[in-house]
Amino acid sequence: MRIDPAQVEEVARELYIRALKILPPDIKEGFRRLAAGETDATAKKVLGTMITNITIAEDTDNLLCQDTGIPIYNVTIGRGVDIPGVELQRAIRRGCERATKEHPLRSSVVHPITRRNEHTSCGPGVPPIHIDFCDDERLVIEMIPKGSGSENNSWLKMAIPAEGVDAIKTFVIDCVLEAGGKTCPPTIVGVGIGGTSDLCVTLAKQAATRPLGTACEDKEGAALEKILSEAVNTLGVGPQGLGGDSTSFAVHVEVAATHITMNPVAVNMQCHSARRASASFTPAGVEYGF
Amino acid sequence: MTHHTFQMPITEAQVRALRVNDTVTIEGTLFGIRDANQIALFDKGRVTRFDMKGHAAIHTAPNVRKVSKSAEHPTGYAPLCVGTTTSARMERFTRPLMDQLGVRLIIGKGGLGAGSLQAFSELGGAYVAIIGGTAALETTWVEAIEDVDLDDLNPESLWKFRVKGFGPLLVAMDSHGGSLYDEVDRKARARRANTLAKLGVK
Repeated sequence: MRIDPAQVEEVARELYIRALKILPPDIKEGFRRLAAGETDATAKKVLGTMITNITIAEDTDNLLCQDTGIPIYNVTIGRGVDIPGVELQRAIRRGCERATKEHPLRSSVVHPITRRNEHTSCGPGVPPIHIDFCDDERLVIEMIPKGSGSENNSWLKMAIPAEGVDAIKTFVIDCVLEAGGKTCPPTIVGVGIGGTSDLCVTLAKQAATRPLGTACEDKEGAALEKILSEAVNTLGVGPQGLGGDSTSFAVHVEVAATHITMNPVAVNMQCHSARRASASFTPAGVEYGF
Repeated sequence: MTHHTFQMPITEAQVRALRVNDTVTIEGTLFGIRDANQIALFDKGRVTRFDMKGHAAIHTAPNVRKVSKSAEHPTGYAPLCVGTTTSARMERFTRPLMDQLGVRLIIGKGGLGAGSLQAFSELGGAYVAIIGGTAALETTWVEAIEDVDLDDLNPESLWKFRVKGFGPLLVAMDSHGGSLYDEVDRKARARRANTLAKLGVK
């Protein structure tokens, strides 16, 4: 299946704009679930405002949130996909730049030392483009505009084996308390467990951006995310940190094997504007989804 | 729990009348402040031509479109999406905003800390919470970008918005030492031990 880089550029452009405007159905469902179970009067109002905002964004064709985030592209390459890798990367970068200039979008990306904004949403190493592979004959591009309110609440702890799973549970609870309202709760709490330090943080990001209703493929990880999901909502942080039951939609866990001497845990959060969009290239054409 | 509609600017007496859990709607002028413009003003000695005395300032950096200057868009910028960013990063600028520029109300999300609460009490100010991540709604309350200063910092320029029915917003920190965030944080931390015990943590 030959893929035209010009089409990838168009899709990368479109995905950034779509992600900023339309919230995925699983997140909308998450809002309905939280609103139905919320017992705090202020929290009910806050959730109601958030749900109204989702409708207004769609009705007025506007962005859900002013934070255009750091644009992240996750690419999954299946069998028989024919496009030179460097052209794929360049096309995605061009699409990201074009979305920013043509919509226009606020470029939220600056050089980390000079703080200079090129007004392209791009810079050294940004957008990050992550590549993975699959067995089907398709190319999937997922786009995630990662807001800074939640991204600024990211932590890594290189715990030790003697501290056991208790260290992981305690760390997650303490991160949720530390984040308070700064992450724009209700959040998806992404927890990475195991791996190397960098892999652990990557897992936490994958967990935070995974669709609601999905479970960790590892049985132990799935059991842990279930009890942690219940636990964080007993703390009373609530939407926007103003109190209530709805602190998080869910805690998601991703795991990797680790070293005999290591017990790393990372937390990365996703805000309630848990935006993502995806497009699938197959021999039948391009299909947009979430 | 009283509702206040404020035609900006306001007096010290008006801001001191606010109590946590009151609600506020802003009418008229609203200034947009942010990390970069406050670093410029308070760390790098730059000055603004804006008179912010008695006004409200919101933690924001909007999405704008460049258009030709008109009565509707006097700066040549049309607001596309105006939302609110996390306030905590700008904690140390609350006091200079108030004592150097005379700002009375700070609008933001996620809350501010002890230093700000002290400044509100000493100088007469309050923090008003907007629901973060609801920018599409917030944008419907913004009529125009009336003026812009320090625009070399764009999008973190100093913005002057004209707003209509901007609210209702929740008073979350007042000039009497009240802070909803402190209250929620204290209660949540008190629940920590019980939550960990339920998770089987020894």
